[in-house]
Amino acid sequence: MKRVYVNEEWCLGCHLCEIECAFVNSGETEMVKAFKNSEKKPISRIVVEEGNHGINFAVSCRHCEIPLCVKGCITGALSVNDKGIIQIDETRCVGCRTCILMCPYGCLTVSHEKTLLKCELCVDNTGGEPNCVKRCPNNAIVFEERDQVE
Amino acid sequence: MKTYEYIIIGNSAAAIGGVEGIRTMDQENEILMITSEPWQTYSRPLISYWLQGKVKRERMQYRDPSFYEKNKCEIRYGTMVEKINKKNKTLQFKSGEIVGYQQLLVATGSAPFVPPIKGLPNKLKETKNIFTFTKLEDVIGIKDILTEKSKIVILGAGLIGLKAAESMVNQSKSVTVVDLANRVLPSVLEEKASVIVQKHLEEQGINFLLETSIDEINSMKVNLSNEDKLSYDILIIAVGTKPQCELVKDAGGEIGFGIETDIYQKTSLENIYAAGDCTQSFDISSEANRNLAILPNAFLQGEVAGINMAKGKAKYNQAFPLNSVGFMGLYILSAGTYIGEEYEVKTQEGYKKLFIKDHRLKGYIIIGDSMRGGIYTDLIRQETDLSTIDLELLMNSPQIMAFNQSSRKEKLSQSH
Repeated sequence: MKRVYVNEEWCLGCHLCEIECAFVNSGETEMVKAFKNSEKKPISRIVVEEGNHGINFAVSCRHCEIPLCVKGCITGALSVNDKGIIQIDETRCVGCRTCILMCPYGCLTVSHEKTLLKCELCVDNTGGEPNCVKRCPNNAIVFEERDQVE
Repeated sequence: MKTYEYIIIGNSAAAIGGVEGIRTMDQENEILMITSEPWQTYSRPLISYWLQGKVKRERMQYRDPSFYEKNKCEIRYGTMVEKINKKNKTLQFKSGEIVGYQQLLVATGSAPFVPPIKGLPNKLKETKNIFTFTKLEDVIGIKDILTEKSKIVILGAGLIGLKAAESMVNQSKSVTVVDLANRVLPSVLEEKASVIVQKHLEEQGINFLLETSIDEINSMKVNLSNEDKLSYDILIIAVGTKPQCELVKDAGGEIGFGIETDIYQKTSLENIYAAGDCTQSFDISSEANRNLAILPNAFLQGEVAGINMAKGKAKYNQAFPLNSVGFMGLYILSAGTYIGEEYEVKTQEGYKKLFIKDHRLKGYIIIGDSMRGGIYTDLIRQETDLSTIDLELLMNSPQIMAFNQSSRKEKLSQSH
């Protein structure tokens, strides 16, 4: 399946992916409404790590073949859909954070309602390519098929 | 007598993991599931959320109601298994009915441990106001009699006791937790963390009587070891759980701190697997066998058992303690074993502590900011050599940046 992959050599550390992720998931049609007119700032599901020596990269859900977050979820709120995308049903999430405890990559975050948020590859919003990838100015994140490495 | 390819005794996390494991290999043969409870699979940890009024009954479902049909499972509710006849590969129910199996998964879970206390009836069900706190029927019983005037006494300051306390503190007159230990969550946290959690819960109105035990239980009143008396309307016994191994034990299976299995989740008996709270696990963080009654462990073991029962090949050799729990807004992540050298980092909301031995992360506790804590968990899981990692960065906050470039690429530029 197509997943989001990182080219850390190309990442400028501009954080545009975070803005674009939060925006596209905010349900708003204009940036200014999402960020300036909204009481609760929309939250990104992708996080840019900034290191010394100019190394930066963005981290979002890996959509693992063996998803420990899903297997550890105490309520069944996390599941894998028929395309292999890991999704969360926030109506079934109680915010226990077991998925945070389980995820090896640190890819889940907490919403204003204290339920968990994660990258769902923009399947329920733009419906096309993940918005972070689409808007990355330097191809530092890509959306493509890569072979499974054991 | 009907013979099934697969029978699973149980209907909770390990059993559901078993079904999902079997169905990755075999979509055809029928599975029989047997549960002593009258309900479809539900999340046991959610009983306190339901009692608190945070989760509706239908939201307690661990899997969609269509799960059984979709996975070709026949389920028998309210059914007790009397014994396993390993020679004939049959199960006998309490009702006398006999069914045959080709492959059996024992996922019988754990039962609350009820210590012998003077005045405590053998069967709690015979009392109106004394409960354990592990199953839906427990909290249904509590909800029936709980009022704003109820005085609640809870014996046990472990996870179950404290979740029970949290769920009732805002809908009762008083909640008092009694424990013989000198601190809360003694088996989950180390001392400093226990103090923070206790203080937080006291601020929310929960009372603690530590280093105290209940010597005698009378109707509506308990006698404490400090010679005080404490009156109660509802008494909860939450001192711990014990693995339910009897069926396998009676059939001649090896029992340690639970049913013994190999890394394929197979018991010492032919064609019989076991998973979840009823089993013994090898804890990689302490390098010792123990009973790990935690949900993610149960599911993962069940899934491995299911795959192997259906002639696949899977192993589970990464067990260790894991807990994520919130108490009234205070979040705690913990994993592994608290051995080796301690590294403490103060944070805005609380603190965190890492335990390192022989260049390996053995355990950690985070009180407060739990973001990305799973990166620490994975260091325990993979037994990663910390000399390959920027430890200072990692202590500061869990991050992929702390790994070297080739590990980073492995994590973020390959599929998993």
